[in-house]
Amino acid sequence: MSDKPSNNVYWATNIRIVTVCLIIWALVSFGFGIVLRPLLSGISVGGTDLGFWFAQQGSILVFLALIFFYAFRMNRLDREHGVDEE
Amino acid sequence: MEQYTLNLLIVGASFALYIGIAVWARAGSTSEFYAASRGVHPVTNGMATAADWMSAASFISMAGLIAFTGYDNSSFLMGWTGGYVLLALLLAPYLRKFGKFTVPEFIGDRFYSPTARLVAVACLIIASITYVIGQMTGVGVAFSRFLEVDKEIGLFIGAGIVFFYAVLGGMKGITYTQVAQYCVLILAYTVPAIFISLQLTGMALPPLGLFSEHVASGVPLLEKLDQVIADLGFNSYTGHHTNTFNMVLFTLSLMIGTAGLPHVIIRFFTVPKVADARWSAGWALVFIALLYLTAPAVGAMARLNLVDTIYPNGPTQDSLAYDERPDWMKNWEVTGLLKFEDKNGDGRIQFYNDKSESFAATAAANGWQGSELNVNRDILVLANPEIAQLPGWVIALVAAGGLAAALSTAAGLLLAISSAVSHDLIKGAINPKISEKGELLAARIAMAVAIVVATYLGLNPPGFAAQTVALAFGLAAASIFPALMMGIFSKRVNNKGAVAGMLAGLIFTLVYIFSYKGWLFIPGTNFLADTPENWIFGISPLSIGAIGAMLNFAVAIGISRMTDEPPQEIQDLVESIRIPRGAGAATTH
Repeated sequence: MSDKPSNNVYWATNIRIVTVCLIIWALVSFGFGIVLRPLLSGISVGGTDLGFWFAQQGSILVFLALIFFYAFRMNRLDREHGVDEE
Repeated sequence: MEQYTLNLLIVGASFALYIGIAVWARAGSTSEFYAASRGVHPVTNGMATAADWMSAASFISMAGLIAFTGYDNSSFLMGWTGGYVLLALLLAPYLRKFGKFTVPEFIGDRFYSPTARLVAVACLIIASITYVIGQMTGVGVAFSRFLEVDKEIGLFIGAGIVFFYAVLGGMKGITYTQVAQYCVLILAYTVPAIFISLQLTGMALPPLGLFSEHVASGVPLLEKLDQVIADLGFNSYTGHHTNTFNMVLFTLSLMIGTAGLPHVIIRFFTVPKVADARWSAGWALVFIALLYLTAPAVGAMARLNLVDTIYPNGPTQDSLAYDERPDWMKNWEVTGLLKFEDKNGDGRIQFYNDKSESFAATAAANGWQGSELNVNRDILVLANPEIAQLPGWVIALVAAGGLAAALSTAAGLLLAISSAVSHDLIKGAINPKISEKGELLAARIAMAVAIVVATYLGLNPPGFAAQTVALAFGLAAASIFPALMMGIFSKRVNNKGAVAGMLAGLIFTLVYIFSYKGWLFIPGTNFLADTPENWIFGISPLSIGAIGAMLNFAVAIGISRMTDEPPQEIQDLVESIRIPRGAGAATTH
């Protein structure tokens, strides 16, 4: 089954979705939360700046959205390629 | 009703509930014992995973870690939740598709190497045992504070309860008790936080309260907090005061370590389908986020409350007289976790940053001769309801919540240990012909022995108990996570590469940690002082797991390229775990 073209497309699509999700994952935590925080210091949120919000709250909310998006997208991809569980 | 009676009633009721569930959810087969027959609903599993994951450290210590440091400890918040993204996207669905019972079993099968399996068993046991010691000592502390029994007796009672439901029910019993424990711990955590948030900001939801206006002063809460602690010479709460590179690595190490901890991974073996494993990781993070979004609010508000208690008229006015201290301080002084020493003999409590050079002149002008209050950061969450003067039942609930957090994590760790012993060592290596009944008995005996060992270590904690986090996360990040990920995402990594990679990551990480913390954590045997100036490139021993993981990847891929590619049947195995279809068939063993 490894040579079925649809499986290769399926896997390549999966890798692309995972890559995009992980870029967002890194951007909100390591990026906005830590390294890029000085760039966001002009945007104030409740007595502090946007970077602090991302570090203590925003990143967690984005993580949640990413996992649910991935589950939804992959379960649909499974059906499109006929590899879902019967 | 007396506080003590209330504590006894609520903790007693929660324990009766766990025992009732244990009797109802007995395990009759190895499949039930190791994986609850793979019949757990994804939302239920998410809740159990949350309890499994959130330990005494999350419940008791994390808010305190953030309260006394502020922004710089955001690593714990991002690290311990961001790991679930890695778990959901890179591991959980594929390991569920593989359809076996333990993490070492996957590593052994995928890398067609009993050696790889044994290395994985060793990492799993070291990481899980060090982790479980912290839970057992947490149980002892909670008992001694709230039920006024000796730490030792508290530990025995806790171990007895875990023994009952874990030996009897295995994964099945543990799953359903963890669901109950989650409900207890999340109520215990959020109820006091809601009251405190209402008192300080008028906002019922603590995560919103954190970024709202402080009612008493009319300025935003975080701005107010920055002001009052600056008046006492402390670093600002919202500012960044540590090495940025180290903060990134520390966060990354916690994330990779979280995704590689076996007791969390095996929870995803219990759901019926691959699609469920994906959803379940999301639900787990929902339930975890309820606590993790509350924790930073609890931390900031508790810090502000503490300063307000000690300086009722603001930090520039007279501080609290020792004789007028509130009851909660008296209660916690008894435990030794809160200490007062009247250094300047004025009968008042001064609490400030006596290590700040720029603040020394102000302190001297005030006639202060050193900070006089020593507050253990672990008491913040436990003392929170008392500080905020909440009703007695809330205090009792927090006691039950702390115990639930410690017991649920202990049970999950003990299951990971016992299944590695009975399934990977006994069935996998020593006696492959063992019958189903024999293996179930072996699993129960392994569980019982693991509980006895954990109890013994909880009673006589070795010196390294406090270093648990560095060791458990370092090992999981540097050895287990990369092996699992390469096993799924690369068809080319072979047995030699995987074993060499795991050993390289493991040894490198251990040597780096031991160089600063002492060989086997024996004090005085470290040859480098554990201070930021001595850390190589500013990388703390806590952050080294991420570097160990990268080394593991590099070595494994390099050696695999120089040696033969894996046999065809292994490449077919990788192909098959990459697609969900057929997950049902894979469960038959």
